[in-house]
Amino acid sequence: MSGIVGYGAYIPRNRITSEEIARQWGKDPRSIQRGLLLEEKSVPGIDEDTITISVAAGRDALARADVDPQRVGALYIGSESHPYAVKPSGTVVAEALGIGPEVHVADFEFACKAGTEAMFVALSLVDSGRVEYAMGIGADTSQGAPNDALEFSASGGGAAYLFGRDRVLVDVLETYSFTTDTPDFWRREGQFYPRHGGRFTGEPAYFKHVEAAARGILARSGLKPEDFRFAVFHMPNGKFPLAAGKALGFTNEQMKTGRVVTTMGNTYSGSSPTGLAAILDVAEPGDRILITSFGSGAGSDAFVLQATDLLPSRRELGATVRSMLDGPRRYLTYGEYAKYREKIILNH
Amino acid sequence: MPSPRYWREIPGRYRLEAGRCHGCGKVVYPTRRICPACRGAEFEPVLLSRRGRVVTSTVLRVSPDDFVMESPYAMAIVETPERVRLMVQVTDCEPSTVQPGMEVTLEFRLIRKEGQSGILCYGHKAVPVVAADTARSR
Repeated sequence: MSGIVGYGAYIPRNRITSEEIARQWGKDPRSIQRGLLLEEKSVPGIDEDTITISVAAGRDALARADVDPQRVGALYIGSESHPYAVKPSGTVVAEALGIGPEVHVADFEFACKAGTEAMFVALSLVDSGRVEYAMGIGADTSQGAPNDALEFSASGGGAAYLFGRDRVLVDVLETYSFTTDTPDFWRREGQFYPRHGGRFTGEPAYFKHVEAAARGILARSGLKPEDFRFAVFHMPNGKFPLAAGKALGFTNEQMKTGRVVTTMGNTYSGSSPTGLAAILDVAEPGDRILITSFGSGAGSDAFVLQATDLLPSRRELGATVRSMLDGPRRYLTYGEYAKYREKIILNH
Repeated sequence: MPSPRYWREIPGRYRLEAGRCHGCGKVVYPTRRICPACRGAEFEPVLLSRRGRVVTSTVLRVSPDDFVMESPYAMAIVETPERVRLMVQVTDCEPSTVQPGMEVTLEFRLIRKEGQSGILCYGHKAVPVVAADTARSR
């Protein structure tokens, strides 16, 4: 059976608190913290982007798998902040990881779902026998316009998953996708910041797709919420995944480990994949895990996973998500944040 | 237009690929045609460990144009376990905290952009193993 043979995650060290952003715009920080359940978010450094995040996560995925990079036959990177408009992120990442040149590489885009999309295709190529190993990465340095609600959540980070057939750390038991045309969030060509439909992003977009995908995969696999030890849903803020999980019958205890958004922010394509990495950092053999992503536009991918006996020893070979969230951090002022996110116009 | 030179240096810049001399075992980075120790001309490729120690460092406050947004920043000579020394930027820390003997990892980062519309140049920078937490807003 195909499954995850290696995984890795990366979260930048810089942080900005919700309080600091609220202060800048004269908003009440307590209402943000209560309303969105966001304490702080990661901020990519000036020298960090989707490519560098993907390399950092990919290196840990290869280390945990202990696989020769030359045996990786496909590499897909899902992001909505690829550094180039024309020229793939994947070619840089493949060279840095020592993958290729005999490799199929593509950049994916589907708002916040691009990461699980990359994982889905990587898994399918391994399943089909066309390649021995395939890597799917979800990473973003998310954009949120100044003084927009997104500014409290849009952050940087990502996770990489290497799929194979031998020495599997996590079995993939089932997959399911649910997609409709729903204009809840978009960015037109040439625009710097994305726009969203306000409250329209909730019921007809996030909740409809996440809940439909989760219900669909539960029905297809014949499993119930209580059959899982962990569940992670896409995390645009702290509140949405809790509400979706509750509506589906999952408890806070099942969602606690993967719901890293409160101190990481929304890493868009890297959101639910990084939540999954946090779960794999602690999961025990036999534990079942549900991951359901969401990408505006709109769609959700769901995977039912089960940890194998190999997982506990292999996870020691890479950095854990908690070590990056709770480890060395640098807290930025709003001014430093504006500089880091290139929101300041210079006179060149 | 430095793009062709940057492209030629990708193995060294992206993967820290160095050369080990067949004759005397010395590891050279970047790779060379002739070994500086024994004048041997045959090398095998080796990947440097992505960790090392700062040998010496300085802080740049007046930087070249491409690095204005990053200044002030620290530059350091870092020695890897293969006894190779390379000069790298030190990132994710207060520049003044970079001192000789400091343990660092070598991380893949964006080094510079070729202006507003040119290519993006990647390579490795040093990151302190225990970063200085400025904790300014806490």
